[in-house]
Amino acid sequence: MSRIRWTTFAAPSRFEALAAAVTPWLWAVCLLASAVGLYLGFIEAPKDFQQGQSYRIIFIHVPAAWMSMVLYLAMATWAAIGWAWRVRLASMLARAIAPTGAMFTFVALWTGAFWGKPTWGAWWVWDARLTSELILLFLYLGYMALVEAIDDPQRGDQAGALLAVVGAINVPIIYFSVRWWNTLHQGASVGVASAPKMASIMLTAMLVMTLAFWAYAFAVVFTRTRAIAAERERGARWLAELAQDTKEA
Amino acid sequence: MGFLVRRDLRLAMRRRSEVLLPLVFFTVATSLFPLGVGPEPQTLRTIAPGVVWVCALLASLLSLGGLYGSDFADGSLEQMALSRHPLASLALSKAFVHWLLNGLPLVLVAPLIGLLFDIDRDALQMLTLTLLLGTPVLSLLGGLGAALTLGLRSAEMLLVLLILPLLIPVLIFGAGAVVAVASGLSASGHLSLLGALLLLSLLGAPFATAAALKIALD
Amino acid sequence: MSQWHSLSDFLAMDGHGLYIWGAYGVTFVCMLAEPWLAARRRRRAWLAAQQDLES
Repeated sequence: MSRIRWTTFAAPSRFEALAAAVTPWLWAVCLLASAVGLYLGFIEAPKDFQQGQSYRIIFIHVPAAWMSMVLYLAMATWAAIGWAWRVRLASMLARAIAPTGAMFTFVALWTGAFWGKPTWGAWWVWDARLTSELILLFLYLGYMALVEAIDDPQRGDQAGALLAVVGAINVPIIYFSVRWWNTLHQGASVGVASAPKMASIMLTAMLVMTLAFWAYAFAVVFTRTRAIAAERERGARWLAELAQDTKEA
Repeated sequence: MGFLVRRDLRLAMRRRSEVLLPLVFFTVATSLFPLGVGPEPQTLRTIAPGVVWVCALLASLLSLGGLYGSDFADGSLEQMALSRHPLASLALSKAFVHWLLNGLPLVLVAPLIGLLFDIDRDALQMLTLTLLLGTPVLSLLGGLGAALTLGLRSAEMLLVLLILPLLIPVLIFGAGAVVAVASGLSASGHLSLLGALLLLSLLGAPFATAAALKIALD
Repeated sequence: MSQWHSLSDFLAMDGHGLYIWGAYGVTFVCMLAEPWLAARRRRRAWLAAQQDLES
């Protein structure tokens, strides 16, 4: 197999072709993994000794939280690449990632609350992890607000990249300070229900769901990137030719 | 850099009311809390560090609109960018001016607010010290926010949304130090971390702000 | 179905049904709405590009 020149896909036209081809498969993986993961989580995995049935929320809470963090790093990385090397597609990818990352952050918070209520009696506890997720949501929303407020795409890309990188650098500092704040003020550790001692079936189900969420994220981000590329590159030759082809088809 | 500082101070003195506005906001906002929460002294003593710090944050951020705004509007910012003068030192001097006109007054007024909340003397001293260390960080990071949002619609609100999450560590360590002292504990950990944040901002923020200015002006 | 004796048992989740389905339900809605919105945005962008051809 010849070595693939990955830089080829930096051209929006090639990316469009790649994304269009790969996206159906991504959805297939997502659906399959979700089916398997949920089966393992609800049919195979037993109820927990301490938490009863409510622990089953971890099968979406933990993967969503992981995705929210990883996607922020991915967003900052692509934005930085787009800024440093002026790769338009990288900046478009970063913009496309943000709403999905924000969605997962919201899901992590929502499912965290619904897990916390039966376990700890309150819909919200200010534990370090949930509080940090909340701040992460603010970081996502800030990024999205900034790039939306800037009309010029290039300025928007660059300003967004700077904000995302500054945010990424701050995330460890914020997390550390929130953990400090939490332990000092709460004395006894009040935390969102920690995952029960994981029977391996539970861990497997969680990992399979993580795979499902990854495939989902790729699929949605690719779709949104294609949309952004088509919007931004109006008037570009590759877009006109491709649109011509699809019209005649 | 000294020239820029003097120039900005002179300009600010012509609009004295604008300079006093954040201070008035700070006083009014902090005074609202007892009205909302009730006059019970112990409650007020407990919430005082957080209330004073949050209101200081807001008073700082809300006054950042004019930092680069007027220079941007009349074109003098572009001229400064084109001159040999490094943008990073421009950013530093702007942050310094903002601190002189905004942060320092907050530091001086905070003890009075502390008295309104009847916090004890040690806590009062710690409150002043933490604000002294923290307000420069607010000005430095606020300047970054002002540069990022230069000339945009709803720039002030956007700026607050962007910069507040980044200021959470300062808030935690600043208010936390006062709470610690009020409970008879040591605040040395908080203070060292606050100092570290100040150092980091001094080193990093001017360059990030310079980059943001370049992005906005190009 | 090993541990679940009936559909109503499954839905009730030993009394935790509200929490589990509340969590899963909203997640499901988000993960359906988001791709739909993204696809709609893409379709509109393509239609606009094709309309450009006509002008």
